[in-house]
Parts: sequence; structure tokens; C-alpha cells
Amino acid sequence: MDLVSVSSTLLLISFIAYLVATFLFGGAVKSSSSESTKSFDRWGKLAITVTIIGFISNLGYFFTRWIAAGHAPVSNLFEFTTAFGMMVVGAFILIFFIYRIPALGLFALPIAVLIIAYASMFPKDITPLIPALKSYWLTVHVITAALGEAILAISAVAGLIWLLKNIDMAKKSAQRFWIEVVMFVLVLVLGFVVATTSFTIADYKAEYNYVSKDEKVLKIEYNMPPLFGMNQSEAITENAMEPLVETPALVNAKKLTVVVWSIIFGSVLYVLLRLIARKRLAEVLQPFAKKANSQFMDEIGYRSVLIGFPVFTLGALIFAMIWAHEAWSRFWGWDPKEVWALITWLFYAVFLHLRLTKGWQGEKSAWLALIGFIIIMFNLIAVNLIIAGLHSYA
Amino acid sequence: MDKIVCTCGNVNPAGTELCESCGRPLDQKTKEKTLVDMRYEGAARRSQTYNKTLVDKVWNFFSSVKVGMWIIVAILVAAAIGTILPQVFYVPATTEAGIADYYERIYGTFGVLYYKLGLSDLYSSWWFQGLVGMLGISLIIASLDRVIPLYKSLKKQKTQRHISFLKRQRMYGIGKVESPDDTLNKAEEKLKTMRYNVKREGNAILAEKGRFSRWGPYVNHLGLILFLFGVMLRAIPGFYVDETMWLREGETLYVPKTEGYFLESKEFIYETYTKEESEEVFGNAIDRVGSIAKNYQTDVALYKGADDAVAGNANDLSFVKEESIQVNEPLKFANFSVFQMDFKLDELKTMTFQLQDKETKTSFGDFTIDLADPQPIYELQDGYKVEVLDYYADFSGFEDGVPQSKTPLPNNPAFLIKMTTPDFPKGETSFVMIQETMEPFGENKHKIAFQSVETRDVSGLTIRKDLTLPILGLGGLIFMIGVAQGSYWNHRRIWIQLLNDGQVVVAAHTNKNWLSIRKDIDAVSEVATLPVYEDQQDLDSKVEKEEGV
Ligand code: HEM
Repeated sequence: MDLVSVSSTLLLISFIAYLVATFLFGGAVKSSSSESTKSFDRWGKLAITVTIIGFISNLGYFFTRWIAAGHAPVSNLFEFTTAFGMMVVGAFILIFFIYRIPALGLFALPIAVLIIAYASMFPKDITPLIPALKSYWLTVHVITAALGEAILAISAVAGLIWLLKNIDMAKKSAQRFWIEVVMFVLVLVLGFVVATTSFTIADYKAEYNYVSKDEKVLKIEYNMPPLFGMNQSEAITENAMEPLVETPALVNAKKLTVVVWSIIFGSVLYVLLRLIARKRLAEVLQPFAKKANSQFMDEIGYRSVLIGFPVFTLGALIFAMIWAHEAWSRFWGWDPKEVWALITWLFYAVFLHLRLTKGWQGEKSAWLALIGFIIIMFNLIAVNLIIAGLHSYA
Repeated sequence: MDKIVCTCGNVNPAGTELCESCGRPLDQKTKEKTLVDMRYEGAARRSQTYNKTLVDKVWNFFSSVKVGMWIIVAILVAAAIGTILPQVFYVPATTEAGIADYYERIYGTFGVLYYKLGLSDLYSSWWFQGLVGMLGISLIIASLDRVIPLYKSLKKQKTQRHISFLKRQRMYGIGKVESPDDTLNKAEEKLKTMRYNVKREGNAILAEKGRFSRWGPYVNHLGLILFLFGVMLRAIPGFYVDETMWLREGETLYVPKTEGYFLESKEFIYETYTKEESEEVFGNAIDRVGSIAKNYQTDVALYKGADDAVAGNANDLSFVKEESIQVNEPLKFANFSVFQMDFKLDELKTMTFQLQDKETKTSFGDFTIDLADPQPIYELQDGYKVEVLDYYADFSGFEDGVPQSKTPLPNNPAFLIKMTTPDFPKGETSFVMIQETMEPFGENKHKIAFQSVETRDVSGLTIRKDLTLPILGLGGLIFMIGVAQGSYWNHRRIWIQLLNDGQVVVAAHTNKNWLSIRKDIDAVSEVATLPVYEDQQDLDSKVEKEEGV
């Protein structure tokens, strides 16, 4: 076996380990009614051991791929997102050893699993570095930035647990609505994974010609049935489906198609889950969150922002500026990705101030942590896919 | 306003809430609270004390965290709006009209609106920069308002604190213990081993740890202020240079804004990854996306003109160094850096033509036009000659019968040429373009036949000087130190006192991480019997305890 396939296997192992550990943490939470019981100890220890094994395997993936490619595997969307998922697990392990709360694992690991699954939907080839990326600052900047974001993400996990525990599911309220929206969005990500996987298994491919916004005729390959067609698109593949809706040149209809398919699959999935559970998804999860201590969750939420914020500043702003100065001659150029890093940073600065000086604890703090995570994911995913800039890998 | 004299005798500045020395609440409002606000130790802050003059009002406005946060949120929202459409500097147009047209053509009505509202150049708008300026002012004022009183009262605090102070701490416990003296001694020992800085005054203990972390926010704000100051300096002439130049292979040009430096391009190199060099690893990726760029590089020689020469005078150049400029590897000299930013491959350099008889194709000689420097006349053999009447470097068609050149770059050269031959001493006129010839004044006997071209690559270079970088770097460093100081350490204090009535009091305060200070008190309790304490704010645990969860 060559190094590249060793690397892929290690990633698969860690993926499975995280899934297994999620269930073990579930067991730990269920049996944690009195936190000192033996069974809790056993489940909890087993769960964290499996997590660590998975994490080591994940690191193995990272470094074997690094050796194979000759550069740190953070240079395309698949690699970067996978690394981010890995670091979420790393950050969780760190926080777990400070506070030893199994509920955190029960929620953090599935999110990491979802992130890695999402990452795997993008082309996994090892790409050689384009000139702009050829710098050790790529390694330093991206790894630190992703680590900072991963630690910040833990605060969202803690916030989510806080909210799941404390929102009254029996009463109609804005909170109950929005927490369910969060659940729905998570299911949508799953929808994207299911949609992509299904069409890949079905080996769907169709090629079209279209006219780009600078009026060139270009070719594009769809891997999902075209709900939306590119500007003046014409099928090349025989018997290819006609797009249902044609879009102007400004819109990338291929990406729009992927988004809409994900929403369709995700929504169907959500409805199925609701039918099976016969309650809101937030309500399904609530019993698991109930065991957590709100005070602890609140402090973890704050602590992880405190730990993550300096790391994020260093990686996503300071190292980024140093590198931007070397590569693009200016340390700051108002490129969308840069701007969104700044927005993330400003947002967490506001979070810290409101908390420290305005006493925004508990519920407000938890919602802010969730919004922070949304901003991070927006920068990670949407800016790359929607807003084109110097940084867009895809 | 008057100073406040506390029962303990300490004279406190006007506006003080908690006596700097013993901690007694000084005003009615503070007395009524069950917990004291320890954020600034109850010290008198200017913004909370005075509100009469205009200066007071401005000071109070900017020292408010609420205001500060609204400023940040405004910057944040504005910054986000600026990413909806590309900013002008990313738009492939240079003139105002061209830019306006671009937004309209690509983004329609929304684009027009975006452009008209000035959102397309948002980050250099006066209001955006004004917001950033207000952020800076807010940082300065808010920090000064707090750090000075905070510093004073932390310095003045006494070991012995009044019970009215202790009982308003979040962690508080009081009660009788078996041998109080023993408790105090053991607690003192234990706290020392836990790396607390322990002070003892008779029956009172103050254990303190990590006070320096309280300065973290102020240090990091100082770093930010310095950074913003550095950014402002750029506006001063001489601090900042941002120029671009196009340099053709073989050319030597003055480097704009430098003191007499010249750059010669020896060669431009463009490489892509080949499948041969790394088939198994990169093969798939190359198959998928086609060619992938590997290297953009300009090999240059740097020269310096004589010191007393006028800028741009290319005489007496002395060689400085030879280097390869690559992306990520700029050329550096005398505070300047030159970056590989752009390139154009195969720009036409010279074109070689032949004067021919149209019918017989007999040649009357070749001539080569240097497109950067076309000669008016090319003398050929035996009295044959070619005159270049007009040259259009980037021919784009005719307007009212007049040929037009879009740019001065030789992208699509065209020539208006007069051919003088023995048969036609007055000359025949021909309009020569690539692939095509026109004969504007009637049928000619002779023609200009295209023979060959020579091309060369052009490097797009950016010239940058930024003397503010050290200041920005220092600002960044100070920010990082401050933010680490405030985030990774915290300020914990534990007070233990034996009261006159024989009861022992334990109280504790930390600026963050309350669970950790509880662990610390518990560790002390294990060796020294302390009264049971409770977190007067943790309602959740209380409930859980009552429910027996
Ligand atoms: C981008 C801008 C800013 C950043 C990155 C920043 C950063 C920070 C950080 C990291 C802390 C410590 C928070 C904690 O430990 O939880 C802090 C505290 C603080 N900041 Fe800022 N800050 C910024 C702007 C401002 C502004 C505009 C104001 C003014 C209103 C302000 C006022 C304060 C205050 C009053 C504290 C608390 C200090 C204390 O309690 O000792 N900050 N800041």
C-alpha cells in the first residue's frame, strides 16, 4: 500500500472511532445520574480512550498525507475542512481533561464527524501547491487559524448543551423555535452528505456548455441532476436532463443545484426523523443535555472562547497578515476571506466584553457562542463557495 | 466633589464605592447589594463621578462599553456589507465610467445601487474610517477610565477586610470551627504550596494569585491603539509606497519612488506541474483541473544610479545584485520590496516583414520593426524603402475612418506604411495589420509580407515600502501578550479571617473561572477545617442539590 492510501485508511479509522466514541459518551451520560458510580467511570474512560485512539489515527492521516504530498494537507477544501474537524476533536480532548464532562463529548464528536463527512464530499486528490501557497506560512497560518476556530467551536457545543438543557420544550417560545432551526441546519449538512453520496454511487454525470459572465463559452460537469442550468446552457452529454430553471451568468447554477438538492434531501431526512421520534429533535436530545450542569457549561463556553480567541488572533489575523505581506505585497487587502476573519474576531471580542462587563452569562452567552460558530462556518464554507476571492480554493 | 472618609480612617477619592483599604461599602446603593461589583474593586472612575462639562460628557460617552460595543458591531456589519460584491480594487476596470459600467453589466440594478451608495469602495469611505477612529478613541478613554483607579485600589488593599465586604463576595462562608488558630496556620501553609502569594496580619489572611492578569485587557488595548496609530502613519508621505511596474524581458527601468534604483529583467519563467514529476501523487489532480501553475519568477538585476543623478536618469548605473523574484520571495533592498504579482506571456517584441512584388513575390529586402521603438524609415536595397507613417500598438478598428489604438501595448499592432520603390517614387500606401492588409488609396503593386515575430514575457511587479510595519508588528505583539495575560491567567483572591466573636470567615473572588477557585478552596478545606461556603450566584447547583440530582 502506498502512503496515500495508508493515509485514507487512517482517516476512515478515526471517523469510525469518533462514531463509536459518540455512543460510548452517550452511555456515560445516561449512567451519570450520580457522577461517582462505577459504570459512569467505565463508560466515560472507555469513551475518551476511543476518542484518543481516533484522534491519534487522525493525526496519522494528517502526517502521512503531509509526507506524501510534501506539504501540510491544508491546501484545498477537503484537506482544510478535515483538519478543522480533527482539531475540533483535539480541542474537545483538551477541554475534557480540564472539566471531565461526558456530555460535551456526546455533542462535540458528532459535530466533528459531520464536519469530516462534509469535507469528504469534495475532491480528495492531493493537489500540488500553486505559487501563492508555496510558503511555510501556509502551514503556520492555516494550522493556527483552524486550531483557534476549533477551540472556539467547543464554546458553541457548550452553548448548545446549555440551551438544550434549559429551554422549556413544552412551551411555545422564540428560543424553542430557534434551537430547532439549529437542529434543522445540522440535518441539512447531513442532507448534503447523503445527496452527494447517493449521486456519486449512482455515478451521475452530465456535461453542459454555457456562456460565462465575460461572455466566453465554457464547459461544466454536473454531478447532480441540474435543477438550475447555467447561463444559456446546452447539454453536451446525450439524453442529459434539461435544467428546470435557467439562471443568469452571475449565478453559479451548479453550486445552487447542489445547495437545493442538499436542502431537499435534508428536509426529507428531517421530516422522517420527526415522524420516527414524534417530537422535536431538540426534545429528543434534551434528556442527554439535562444531565449537564448549566454552570459548568456556561464556564466551558467562556473558557473555550478565552483559550481560543488568542490562538485565533495569532493564526487568522497576525500570521495571516505576515504571510499576506510576503505573498501579495500587502498585509491587508480587504479580500472577503480576510474580512470575514476580521468579522469573526470582532464578534468574539464583543462576546468577551458583553460577558465580562455586561454580565451576559447563561442563555445570552450560549446564543452568542452559537452565532459565533455560524460565522466561523460561514467563513469556512460559504465564503469559499459563494464569494470569489483570492482565497477560494474550490 | 468631596473625598469620602471611611470608618476605618482611610480617605477615599470622591465616587469610591468600596473603601480602598478595608472594603466597607461607602454609599447607600452599594450597601443595599447582596454582592459587590468587584470589576474595578469599587474604585472611583471618572466616568461614573463627573457629568457636568462637555469634556465629561464626551469622556463618559467613549468610556462606556455599551457604546464601544455598538461601534464594533457597526464596523462588523459594514465590513460584511463590503463583501457582498467585489470592491472596486478587485474590479477589472480603471476609469470611473468603466467601473460603473462593470457593476451595472455584471450585477444589474443591485450593482448600480451598490456602486451609487459608495459600498463598492466602502473601506476607504470617510464614515468607515471614522468608525475605526471612534473605536480607537473609545479604546483609549475606556482604558484610562478604568486602569488607573484599578491600579490604585489593588495596590492599596489591606489584608484585613471588613466583614461587610467579605459577606458580599460571591464565594462566602462563615461559622465556628474547632481550633480556629490551627485552621489559619494550616490554611496559610497550604495556600503557599498552591503558589498563592499569602499575606497574614494577625487573624487575617489574604492569599492572592495572578494579579498581573488584571492588566491583560489594558495591555491588549494598548497594542490595538498602537496598531491603529501605525495604520494612520501611512498617510504621512514617505512612510508608505505602493507602485506597480511592467518590466519586459531585456528592459531596464527606473523603479518608481526609489532613490535611483533600476531593475533589469533577464528572464521571466512560468512553470506548470508536469505529470511526470509526480504522477502517483498529483496525477489525479492534474487530470481533473488541467494544468496547475508551479512557479512565476522574474530573474532580475538591480542597479543603482549615481547618487547625485536626477531620479530616473539611467546613466552610470552600478550593479547591486542579481536575484530571482518569485511569489512569496520578494526582492528586498533599502526598505523596498519588489513582488512578483502578474505577468503576460509572449508579448510581441519585434515584427519582421518583407517588401514584395505582389504578383511575383520577388523580395526587395526584409526589415524588422521594434514595436517598442518603431523607426520612421527602413532603408532597403537599391533605393527601396519603407516609411512607417503611423503606428497603432493595440489596433481596435476605425472610428470615422480613423484607426484607433486601445492601449499603448503592442497587443495588436497595425501600421500605416508608405512603400517607395523605383517604379513608384511617390510611394504606395498600405495599412498593415496582423493577417490582413488594406490598401486605402487604391490597388498597389507591392506589398508588405509578414515574415516572423519575436516575443518576450512581461512581468507585473509591485513596489512596496512600508515603514509602519515595525509599529504594526509591535502593536500586534503587545496585543498578543496582553490577550494571553488576561486569558490564560486569572486573578484569584481568598480571604480567611478569624472574627472577634470566634467565627471563621472564608471569602473568595476571581475575575474568571469560578469553578477553579472553588477547587482551590476545597483543596484548602481538606487540610484546614474551613466553614462551609457557598457560591452565592450559582442557583443551578442549589436547585440541583435541593432536588438531589
Ligand atoms: C477590536 C477591539 C477590541 C478588542 C479585540 C478588545 C479585546 C479585549 C479583551 C480580550 C478583553 C478581555 C476580556 C476578557 O478577559 O474576558 C477586553 C476587556 C475590556 N475591554 Fe476591550 N477590546 C476591544 C475594544 C474595546 C473597546 C472599544 C472598549 C471600550 C468601550 C473596550 C473596553 C474594554 C473593557 C472595559 C474591558 C474590561 C477590562 C476589565 O474588566 O479589566 N474594549 N478587551
